[in-house]
Amino acid sequence: MSDMWTTKLRNKWQKNLPIEKLLPDDQPAYVASWIYVFGVLTLSALGVIIFSGIILAFEGPAWYHTSDAGKFVNSLHFWSVQLFFVFMVIHLWGKFWMAAWRGNRLATWVTGAVAFIASIATAFTGYLVQTNFDSQWISFEAKDGFNSVGVGAWFTVTNLGQMLLLHVAFLPLILGAITVVHVLMVRKRGVVPPIDAEPISLSEAKR
Amino acid sequence: MTGWISDFMNHPATYLKSGWFQISVTNLVVIVLMLIIFALAVLIPFPKDHKESKK
Repeated sequence: MSDMWTTKLRNKWQKNLPIEKLLPDDQPAYVASWIYVFGVLTLSALGVIIFSGIILAFEGPAWYHTSDAGKFVNSLHFWSVQLFFVFMVIHLWGKFWMAAWRGNRLATWVTGAVAFIASIATAFTGYLVQTNFDSQWISFEAKDGFNSVGVGAWFTVTNLGQMLLLHVAFLPLILGAITVVHVLMVRKRGVVPPIDAEPISLSEAKR
Repeated sequence: MTGWISDFMNHPATYLKSGWFQISVTNLVVIVLMLIIFALAVLIPFPKDHKESKK
């Protein structure tokens, strides 16, 4: 029985990430700071992006370029991406200046960095599939850059079909998976303390 | 687009240039705003939970 991969995986999961860590009811006192809010704000913006993106995918460009509701959801998708990047970069600055890779959190930091790069790729393909003059301009400027580094044959920015599928299928899956791993690692190791912080929990500090 | 939004947005971006360095005023404004938000997030105290502190 114990040789089964399901048993090994379950035991490893329970050892590394028990349910008390996965869904905690208390946090260290130092998280009561605005700078600790930006990770959750980034996740919230990502939620709006995914929700509005699903509506855009179902309705299509003929709807979101012409109807008032379509233009609204299209704008909601665009502006939630702008906020997503603002929140993510402020989250990145905060974590960089508190050296968030301390306390065996290197993998948390690296998955965050990879999520940032995946976000840039997803946003870039999003700009390319707007199906307007802006996307035409961006793709024709970008193709020379990609051709000059020799990847133009595999990543063809003027190929709307390839860019659309990368934007709505492949890249969101990659970004979603990295984000889930990143959040699970935060749960496993706990949020990083400020440098020289006392390890007191919020409930203890309120007593 | 019509009205003031059209007047505000319907023209090429203004760029600041110094030697090799070039940035649009729009991007510069966004970066400065982000730095201000970052500074405020570090400096402004987080509101306390009044219900919890009464206990």
